[in-house]
Amino acid sequence: MVTLTFWPLESSTSSTTSSVGICCVSCREKGLAAGIGSPAPSATHSGSGGPSRIIPARQLLPTCWALRRKLLKVSLPPSVGSCRTGMEAEQGEELVGKARGPTSTFTCSAAPQCLHPDRAPCAHGWLWFPCGWGSQGVHLCWSREREGAGDRGAALAALCIAGRRSGNDASYYQSAARNTETECCKLSTAGGRGQRWARVAAGRQPGQCHRGTKQGKRPRAAAPRLPACMYFSSCSLRCSTSAGGPELSREEKLQLRKEKKQQKKKKRNEKGTAAEPPEPGTAADPAQPRVTPHPASPPASANAPNDGEKPPGGKSKAELRAERRAKQEAERAQKQAKKAELGQGAAPAKPRLTPTEAPSVVKRLPEHVQVDDPAAQRKLAKKLERQQVPLRQDYGTKVNLFSHLHQYSRKKPLTQQMSIPSTVIHPAVVRLGLQYSQGIINGSNARCIALLEVFKQLIRDYSTPPNEELSRDLVAKLKPHISFLNQCRPLSVSMGNAIKFLKKEISCLPDTLREEEAKEKLQGTIDNYLREKIVLAAEAISKSAFEKINDNDVILVYGCSSLVNRTLCDAHTQTDRTFRVIVVDSRPRLEGRETLRRLVRHGIHCTYVMINAISYVLPEVSKVLLGAHALLANGSVMSRVGTSQIALVSKAYNVPVLVCCETYKFCERVQTDSFVSNELDDPDDLIVQRKGQAQLGGWAENKSLRLLNLVYDVTPPDLVDLVITDLGMIPCTSVPVVLRVKNVDQQ
Amino acid sequence: MSTDDLIETFRAQLRDDPDVASAVAAIRALLGFLRQDRGETIQGLRSSLRDAIDTLSRVDSSVAVNSGGELFLRFISLTSLEYSDYSKCKEIMIERGEIFLRKVSLSRNKIAKLCHPFIRDGARILTHAYSRVVLRVLEAAVESKKRFSVYVTESQPDQAGQKMAKALRKLNIPVTVILDAAVGYIMEKVDLVLVGAEGVVESGGIINKIGTNQIAVCAKAQNKPFYVVAESFKFVRLFPLNQQDVPDKFKYKADTLKTSQNLTEEHPWIDYTSPSLITLLFTDLGVLTPSAVSDELIKLYL
Repeated sequence: MVTLTFWPLESSTSSTTSSVGICCVSCREKGLAAGIGSPAPSATHSGSGGPSRIIPARQLLPTCWALRRKLLKVSLPPSVGSCRTGMEAEQGEELVGKARGPTSTFTCSAAPQCLHPDRAPCAHGWLWFPCGWGSQGVHLCWSREREGAGDRGAALAALCIAGRRSGNDASYYQSAARNTETECCKLSTAGGRGQRWARVAAGRQPGQCHRGTKQGKRPRAAAPRLPACMYFSSCSLRCSTSAGGPELSREEKLQLRKEKKQQKKKKRNEKGTAAEPPEPGTAADPAQPRVTPHPASPPASANAPNDGEKPPGGKSKAELRAERRAKQEAERAQKQAKKAELGQGAAPAKPRLTPTEAPSVVKRLPEHVQVDDPAAQRKLAKKLERQQVPLRQDYGTKVNLFSHLHQYSRKKPLTQQMSIPSTVIHPAVVRLGLQYSQGIINGSNARCIALLEVFKQLIRDYSTPPNEELSRDLVAKLKPHISFLNQCRPLSVSMGNAIKFLKKEISCLPDTLREEEAKEKLQGTIDNYLREKIVLAAEAISKSAFEKINDNDVILVYGCSSLVNRTLCDAHTQTDRTFRVIVVDSRPRLEGRETLRRLVRHGIHCTYVMINAISYVLPEVSKVLLGAHALLANGSVMSRVGTSQIALVSKAYNVPVLVCCETYKFCERVQTDSFVSNELDDPDDLIVQRKGQAQLGGWAENKSLRLLNLVYDVTPPDLVDLVITDLGMIPCTSVPVVLRVKNVDQQ
Repeated sequence: MSTDDLIETFRAQLRDDPDVASAVAAIRALLGFLRQDRGETIQGLRSSLRDAIDTLSRVDSSVAVNSGGELFLRFISLTSLEYSDYSKCKEIMIERGEIFLRKVSLSRNKIAKLCHPFIRDGARILTHAYSRVVLRVLEAAVESKKRFSVYVTESQPDQAGQKMAKALRKLNIPVTVILDAAVGYIMEKVDLVLVGAEGVVESGGIINKIGTNQIAVCAKAQNKPFYVVAESFKFVRLFPLNQQDVPDKFKYKADTLKTSQNLTEEHPWIDYTSPSLITLLFTDLGVLTPSAVSDELIKLYL
């Protein structure tokens, strides 16, 4: 037997306003769980035979999976009423309420059959939210149901309604709570990693469920009363994350935050009414965020205000009526959903217009690889406008195959035409952006280090505006900066990973920290990241590379990789092995010269050739040592253009190819060619000055001439023998395993 | 337990049970060593076990002794040892050591079960040198009423192929012993190549008796499947790029290393076969492609 006990939040105040902690789980992997209101809800879990124990709410989530399987008895404070969705087998089962108050027993009228969207009939993915709405006990139970299952379940006071499956992963949820309001939530599962995000596609009209409501549409007067969908509606965001925050997964939080922004307008409209507390008694603790942003006054006069005094198990007339009406609502909503789905099926390719709509299941392509798509560009321009970041114009004609990529001119920096308000973009970031775009800071590691150092400065100079939370506001503040840097030069994979890390760290900051402490902590984390992922990783890599550098080796390197240079210098100074290095270089960047300079300074015997000569030098080479921009999940190595060529020729000469790469540059993307995601550099770089004359100088005027200055290429995994990482030496096919292990560690 | 005792135990294991793999004998010796260790700290125990592994791999230069020892150490210390009492920790380690030994001794049968369906009725199989796992697999195939014939290379310099042929004849399997140089000649007649391994390296390649690489190259050239059967305790954290990159301690017999002045004049005993030449690896973890080996090793050591 499993008993869940929920304690009222403010048991001292009127019982009609108490709210309870909840336990809800939508899916085991990510746990779309949230708790409202209760600071310390606890559940007693007495497993069969096992000793009973108190589970704090935070730990409830993982336990819930086990609990749900045989959720037999759920008890709620009588003041809250009861809510119940269950599984197939539990129809008509008894619910024993045992809380701080009289014990009451409820019977579940019907249990909706829930089906987990991923794992067929294993009955899960339901959420139930017994949020205290006074005595009415508005509870919302969400269930995922298979197509056609309809609403077979009606819990006592609230209703829980049909989710339906559509497309591959997205499930639509509608919940009709009470009888007047309906909200439609759409949960979609982002493909790939099983992340779930929920968004409200809310038509907040009573009794209806709209999926395509436009953003600007005003909710009707009844809407503010809406008690439903707390978790995913914008107005309830504040309370759900701050009070029940720990139970929300991090991705959820981020998503919710996004939601918040998108629904700002709506929120503003609602604010006037929504700010009213349901009853003054609940505001006992001002620090405690409001549990219920909506007024909890009974939505209809028919619902007698004295419901609270009645035992929630017994059905008053009003309740019965409410139930009936809710049922009708649900049916109507379901019909509409069906209709909407059909409509959508007819025009599946239609781009989504409203930001409140859930994004498509297919992972969105980043803007910087769909330059040829005018719609995407308009969207980008709009976004930049919102963030007050100038849009950089493309330069010159592009080779057709690469028309989806940006091509900027170095001579026209982003800041030339437009001044950038320092309120939006930190001056340090502007400087960094210009350094990126001018190629002053170059190389994956250097760019990442510079970025993090600037972000450190940004955090130092940041102060939280009043009425905002640091963990939210800072992430929002970072966004325009990141867009700006992206405009200067597309972000590298290393930078992308670092930003992802930083955002996660910011959003995970505990609320209890003071601002100064939080900022200190963040700077500390950034320092740690720099040290562990870049400095110490390089040390580990150069140590393990020693094993592979033997006496009398001839090592071929290409371009300029800080890691490879360091490895060679370390090997030269720290071991007594004698080896020789051949530095291969290529136009237009001639980065090999920098490598040459560094190696020669350390006293390493070097030879310098251009890439055209590699088939000549390869017979004498014993190993090829390459750096990498990123390692992709299929084992491909993304690196400076020309690397693939070197690997190919080395393979032909049977020379082992070794790639050095830190694990923080591992990327979950898969790429088999260099076309899809790449970067175009300034084509003017290809112009050669010879005898005082610029050859190719007038390329832009010539209609039949196009220049291509590609930055990266992709080396297929079978050309690479070995990858030296900070975890040791691995074949490049093992990248996904490393990513998986890393993800497990991070969670 | 002194070093001499350890070596003696190891040798006795090999003597008493000729069918035992050298790695299993080493693990047994290490378990005995663990039991009799008089150390006071976990750190001390670890380092003395490491020394013991070193000692054993100097006695027997095979890769499997090294890898088996390392995996044993990894397995027993992978558990949480958060007890204040040292003897309690040690007890747990010994217990885990025994579990490991049990798992290891069952692995050969598991492999046989996995692999024998790949031998079809009427198949002609080429194998190399003497391998107990290959023998067990072929035995399992015979038990399941498959009729097939086997070519065994003579595998000089110790003529291990003759030993293999003898063992196969005992099982009533038609055997032909061929010259090491006749591999290319016989390859066109063969349906599949089945070899054991001394060690499986991180890249998914194998280290095995000298001559394996040339068989693999021949098989690749004629598109014949090249199967490897090896227990998972042979997985070793080593990543050779080519033959030259394989450490000398594996390539030569332990006493050769001690006595020889110029190693280039000695015959190496093993060679490295690269993963691109291997079709599948049959291990007690399942049937693996070469790239999956590294995945298993990462899971184990990270």
